Amino acid sequence: MVNETANVPKTVETGSGSGGTTTIDWTTYRFPSQLIYREAAKICTLEKRGSVYILTLTGNHDHRLNPTLVDSISSALHRIRSETTASHSPGAALITTGEGKYFSNGGDISWVDSNKDRLIFMISKVRSLLTDLMSLPMPTIAALNGHAVGQGYILALCHDYVLMRKDRGFLYMSGLDIGEVLPTPFFKATLEAKVSSRAVLRDIVLRAEKMTAEKAVEKGIIDAAYDSAEATVEAAVELGGQLARRKWNGQVYAENRKIC
Amino acid sequence: MCTLEKRGSVYILTLTGNDEHRLNPSRIDSISAALHRVRSESTATPSTCTALITTGEGMFFSNGGDIPWAQSNKQKFLFLMSKIRALFTDFMSLPMPTIAAVNGHATCAGVILALCHDYVFMRKDRGYLYINYNDIGIVPTSPYIRATIRAKISSPAVWRDLIMSAQKIPATMAVEKGIIDAAYDTVEETVAAAIELGEQLVMRKWKGHVYAENRKLLFPEVLQALSVVETDESVKNSLVPIKDLTSRL
Repeated sequence: MVNETANVPKTVETGSGSGGTTTIDWTTYRFPSQLIYREAAKICTLEKRGSVYILTLTGNHDHRLNPTLVDSISSALHRIRSETTASHSPGAALITTGEGKYFSNGGDISWVDSNKDRLIFMISKVRSLLTDLMSLPMPTIAALNGHAVGQGYILALCHDYVLMRKDRGFLYMSGLDIGEVLPTPFFKATLEAKVSSRAVLRDIVLRAEKMTAEKAVEKGIIDAAYDSAEATVEAAVELGGQLARRKWNGQVYAENRKIC
Repeated sequence: MCTLEKRGSVYILTLTGNDEHRLNPSRIDSISAALHRVRSESTATPSTCTALITTGEGMFFSNGGDIPWAQSNKQKFLFLMSKIRALFTDFMSLPMPTIAAVNGHATCAGVILALCHDYVFMRKDRGYLYINYNDIGIVPTSPYIRATIRAKISSPAVWRDLIMSAQKIPATMAVEKGIIDAAYDTVEETVAAAIELGEQLVMRKWKGHVYAENRKLLFPEVLQALSVVETDESVKNSLVPIKDLTSRL
């Protein structure tokens, strides 16, 4: 936990004597966390640290993307969107992370229960969540606390920056092993958009390779790997703070992401 | 605004003047005239092979399109955009190898100008590549910006670093990220290396029109995107009132 007495923003004196100016150096200050939203089903929380939002998939289970979880993530995103457009002050960032061993284990197969309509419904919900995320008017960072499998992997890749812990957890496109065809074009489109090498793409999809964080950094899939889940989230908060401090216009950022 | 010289079998196009070399209609016209000259001389004597090196004087390679010239006047802006597109199409269809010897800062359209060359060398000691649309608050709706970046740079993480993070990328970082080909200690070394590469390529005795056609085959999306005409609707997000712009530049 943060030692409150030591965590004070540094003031920097510039200039000489009485004519100098005092500015506050926010770069090393650790903002206290402010819980702003706990979803009714208690499966995700949204907190704000300074100008950085942290969306946490709570609970020590595998955070499968069933309609309930997808809905609660969507309403958290909606909350963020309305807060940032209402506030008119530019400069925010979103970090998505989770509790426990899993970031997300993908689609909820037991909820689908071999019912084709349910499968179509679930995938369409995930698609609209990903569209929401890809059009969010601020930089997005995924701080992977554990395994990201299947649709969870795609969810991670839909963020602008992906950081992951190296001590446990892997990225895994499980389709081949469970006998599922990659659902709909968005799987392929996201993978192709975020992974540059054809050989790596083949390893992910056709070899169903379980990649640890360090391997993923080597292959250029994610941005960085950290020693523990806490370190990953810390680094994400720091990166989020840096990006938020550039005070980009959210709408412009979102439009430029569509171009990118 | 620019000079054209020939050293051996290599043409050197230099953006003169110690200013920002912004792409406004006059500068674009003089570059186009130089390119026209290069093209006609090389087609007049089809047995000779040549190469083109583009460089600049001073601290800037090019600080991008001359948006202040357009003064938020939509007609002027559209005119400027179409002239810039024509210039890049000229470079992309030039019937000889092209090498950019980046002598300093390149911003937005300046980066695209460098990327339109087959090889990009840059000096290490000063200058950076900077795509600053996010920082200024403009959405560049011309599709060729995206098409060129995607065609010439392979890694999506680097696209993100360039466009979304608006990173100022100096030469050594640019080589690491795979944006440019090589970085040299000083501007003289950069130009010398470009000339040397040009001479090597000339010795391969390639036919100019074959080279141009092969380049078009390799980058069809770039040429296709360069032919898309901007409309009033599409540029409304790119027009920033001039008073806002000068404070942010």
